[in-house]
Amino acid sequence: MTREWHRIGLLTDIPRRGARCVTSPFGRIAVFRTADDEIFATEDRCPHRGGPLSQGIVHDASVTCPLHNAVIELATGFMQGPEGGRVRVFATRVDPLTRVIELSLAEAAGVPEAAE
Amino acid sequence: MQKLVVIGAGMASGRVLETLFETDPGAFEVTLFNAEPRGNYNRIMLSPVLSGEKSFEEIVTHDDAWYGANRVVCRFGEKVVAIDRTRKVVVGENGEVPYDKLIVATGSVPFIVPVEGRDLPGVITYRDLDDTNRMIEASARAGGRAVVIGGGLLGLEAAAGLRLRGMEVTVLHLTGHLMDRQLDEAAGYLLRRDLEKRGISVMTRASTERILGENQVEAVELADGTRLAADLVVMAVGIRPSVELAKAAGLAVNRAIVVDAQMRTSDPDVYAVGECVEFNGTLFGLVAPLYEQAKILAGCLLGRPGSFAVKELSTKLKVTGCDLFSAGDFAAGDGREEIVLRDPAQGVYRRLVIEDDRLVGAVMYGDTGDANWFFDLIREGAPVSAMRETLIFGQSYQGTAPLDPMAAVAALPDDAEICGCNGVCKGKITGAITAKGLTSLDEVRAHTKASASCGTCTGLVEQLMAMTLGAAYNPAAVKPMCPCTDLSHGDVRRLIVAKELKSIPEVMQELEWKTSCGCAKCRPALNYYLLADWPGEYADDDQSRFINERVHANIQKDGTYSVVPRMWGGLTSASELRAIADVVDKFSIPTVKCTGGQRIDMLGVKKEDLPAVWADLNAAGMVSGAAYGKALRTVKTCVGTDWCRFGTQDSTGLGVKIERFMWGSWTPAKVKMAVSGCPRNCAEATCKDVGVICTDAGYEIHFAGAAGLDIKGTEVLTQVKTEEEALEMIVALVQLYREQGHYLERIYKWLKRVGMESIRAAIVEDAEKRRHYFERFAYSQRFAQRDPWADRASGGVAPHEFRPMAEISYREAAE
Repeated sequence: MTREWHRIGLLTDIPRRGARCVTSPFGRIAVFRTADDEIFATEDRCPHRGGPLSQGIVHDASVTCPLHNAVIELATGFMQGPEGGRVRVFATRVDPLTRVIELSLAEAAGVPEAAE
Repeated sequence: MQKLVVIGAGMASGRVLETLFETDPGAFEVTLFNAEPRGNYNRIMLSPVLSGEKSFEEIVTHDDAWYGANRVVCRFGEKVVAIDRTRKVVVGENGEVPYDKLIVATGSVPFIVPVEGRDLPGVITYRDLDDTNRMIEASARAGGRAVVIGGGLLGLEAAAGLRLRGMEVTVLHLTGHLMDRQLDEAAGYLLRRDLEKRGISVMTRASTERILGENQVEAVELADGTRLAADLVVMAVGIRPSVELAKAAGLAVNRAIVVDAQMRTSDPDVYAVGECVEFNGTLFGLVAPLYEQAKILAGCLLGRPGSFAVKELSTKLKVTGCDLFSAGDFAAGDGREEIVLRDPAQGVYRRLVIEDDRLVGAVMYGDTGDANWFFDLIREGAPVSAMRETLIFGQSYQGTAPLDPMAAVAALPDDAEICGCNGVCKGKITGAITAKGLTSLDEVRAHTKASASCGTCTGLVEQLMAMTLGAAYNPAAVKPMCPCTDLSHGDVRRLIVAKELKSIPEVMQELEWKTSCGCAKCRPALNYYLLADWPGEYADDDQSRFINERVHANIQKDGTYSVVPRMWGGLTSASELRAIADVVDKFSIPTVKCTGGQRIDMLGVKKEDLPAVWADLNAAGMVSGAAYGKALRTVKTCVGTDWCRFGTQDSTGLGVKIERFMWGSWTPAKVKMAVSGCPRNCAEATCKDVGVICTDAGYEIHFAGAAGLDIKGTEVLTQVKTEEEALEMIVALVQLYREQGHYLERIYKWLKRVGMESIRAAIVEDAEKRRHYFERFAYSQRFAQRDPWADRASGGVAPHEFRPMAEISYREAAE
C-alpha cells in the first residue's frame, strides 16, 4: 500500500520543545518538535485520562501530559510507568530543503506492538 | 555597665559575644574592632564558597542586624595600633576606646614561604574572603593554571575548589605524602590517587626555590630545577599566631599569647581567645577547641568561671567525595601495636594504633562510617582488649553493640555531642525536632545550628531525625529537585546566582544535568528561578511553562479553559459586568461562577476562542487575573471605612493599591492576599499567604497562612502605622520569598524552612535591607507588568498556539 502524505506546514510553525495541533477525521492529532528538530505526531489524547498531549511540556523525545503528568514517549506512543497504555502514533517526514512537514494517517511503521 | 572591647571579629570572639548576649544581654557595652572590613563569618566554610557550593551570604554568622540588636559598636576595617594597659584604652586608627575588660582575638596570619618572587601580583594566601574572591576572579579566565604550595587541609581544599572552577591545578607538598600531620603514608597515597582522578596534579617532596614573573606571576621553580607555569600561586603552608599587638603591650607571649585555664593573659583584665593563644604549650587551629575557649571566657566575664582543658582532636577534609578521618596520635613507636585493614578495590584503608590496651590513634580513608565511635574510644581511653579481634571492623561487629546504626544512635545518651563545631548535643536536637515540629535538615540547622558549620555530622543528624520522626521523616524531601539532577532546589538556586547562570541550557550544562533538556518538573522551576534572579536579562521560556502559564488560562479536565479577569481588590462595575455578560453570550461559555477570591470565572472556553475572549475583555479595561499562575493572584478586601460601621481603615483602598503595585509578578508558588478593615476579619486575612488586619492604631501585617491541603493561621510579621509602610513591608516580604523560595513552595512552607528570625532580621529589623528588597521588586515589575492577554489577543505572541496548524478533511483523508 502506498502511503498518503499530507502537507501540514513548516518546521518553524512549531516552537522547539513545543507542539501544535492538526484536525483530522480520526480526531485531533498533536505534532511535536523536539529540541533537536525531530518531528513526532500522536493522537492528541493521553491514554491515562484523555488529556490533550499537545498542551504538555516536551522534553527530550517525550511529553508530559498537562492533566496528571503522565509521560509519553513520542517515538513509540508508550506511556511510562507501571500502568502502561499507549497512544496512536502517526508517521511524519520533513523535507530537508523546504522544511515542509508531511503527515501520514496510516499508523507509523516500525513501531513494536505492545503485546508482543 | 562595664565596657568590653574586642579586637578581632573571628569565629572564636564571635562565639564569646553570642554566649554573653544569650546569657546576660545587659552585662557589657561592647566595641568590636576588625581589620577585615566586615563582621564575623564562618571561615571554615570558605572552601564551599570557593567551589561555588555556597554563597558568602550563607556563611555570614553575624550580620548588621545582629550587631545592631545587641548594640555592638562595630569598627570594621579599622586596625588597632596599640593597647595602653596603664590607661586601659585601645588605640585604633580612628581614635581611642577605654575598656574595663579587653579580649584579644587577633587570630593568625598565613605563613609566607620566604622565597624570591613572593610579592608578585598573583601570589596569594588562603585566609579570608578577599583571598577567596581573588581566587574566584583568577579562575574566571579560561585555561588558567594554578599552583598551590602546601598539601595540608587548607591547600587541598583550595586546590579542589580551583579545579571545580575549571583551573589546571598542581599541588606542591614538601614532605613525602599529603596531609602528613593528619594522615599516615597509606592514607596519604589514597587521597593523592583520588585527587589525581579529579584532575589535580600532586607533586610530593617538592621544595619551592623561587617564583618567577615580570609584573605578574608566571611560573614556580622547584629546587630540582623543574619549572611550572602558573597564573596563580596559592600559599597554604600553615599559619602563625598574630601576636605583635599583645607583645608590644607587654603581655606574656611565647609562640602565642600565654593564657591560663580561664583564658586570662598575664594581665587579669585582658583575655585572649582563638588561634592567637597558647595554653599549656599547645596552639589551636581547629574550630572545636576555640568554641570551647569562647564558652569558658564568656563564663569568666559573667562571674561563672569554668576551666579549659586540651582534648583530643579529629580532622576531616571538606572535599566532596574524599572521605578521610584522623584522630589522636598515630605515629608508630615502641610499645605500640597497630591493626590495619585494606580493601584496595574499594579504596578503603583503616589503621588503629593501640598503646597500653587503649586506642590512641585512628586513620581512616574511604569509609569513615565508624569515625565517631573510634573517636569516642580515644577520648574515653576505654580498654579495648575485649573487642581486640574485631575492633577494626567497627562498632557493628562488637558483640554487645547493635548491628543497626539507628540503634547505635538511639543508644547515645542525651548529652552526647553530635555537632562538634557548634557544641550541640543529642538532647538539644531531638528536643527541638519534637517541640518545633521540624521535618527537614535545613530546619534542624536553622533551629539548633547542628550540622550548620562544617557539615560532617550531617549523617548523624539525619539518623536522629529518622529516629525521632519515624516514618514522618522523608529525607527525599530535601533531596534532588528531579531525576535530571542530584542537586536540591536550594543548591540550584544558590548556584544560579553564584555562577551567574542566565539561561536554562547554561544551568543544565554547568550543573551537569543528566538529561539533554530536563523534564516537566525541573524546567518550570529553572524558568522561574532565572526569571526571578535576572529580571530584564533572562528571556522567559514559554516552552518551559506549564500549559496554564503558557496560554494564560486554566486547563480543565476536558481540555477547555477557564478565564478569570482581574477585579482590583474585588471591586467591579456595571460596564465590566456587562462586558463579561456579552462575552459569555458571544462565545456560548457554559458556566459562570464566583471564585473564592472575589472574582468571576468563565469556564469551558475553547482554546481557539481565547484570543477573541481576551480582546473583548481588554476592550472593557480588564486584564488577566493570573488565576492560573504561580504568581500574585487576588487581594481580597472588605469594604472598610467606606461603608462599614466597624471599619477602622480604608481596607478596600489598600487592597487595590497592593494589587495595582504587585500584579504581574511571578512567585515560587501562588500568592493570595487579603486586607480586613477591622479585627472581625471579614476578608479572612488570617489564612492567606499575606494578610493585613487594620486596627485603629494602623496595620498588622500577617503572613504564612494556608487554607488548602493544610490549614494554618497566619503569623504576625509586624505592625506599622501608615499605608506606605504596610505596602513597603509586604512588597519586601514577597521579594524575599521570591529570592529564597523553592519552586512550588508556598509561603508558609518557606517560613517553616528558613525560620521567622531570618525573615524578621531581613524585613522588619533592618530598614535598609527592607528598602533594597522593595526596590528589587519594583525593578523586576518594570519587565513583569505587561498584560499577557493583550499581547496574545493582538496576535503578536504565539498566534499558532491557539488554532490548528492544518486541517485534514475527510475527503483528503479518504483519497
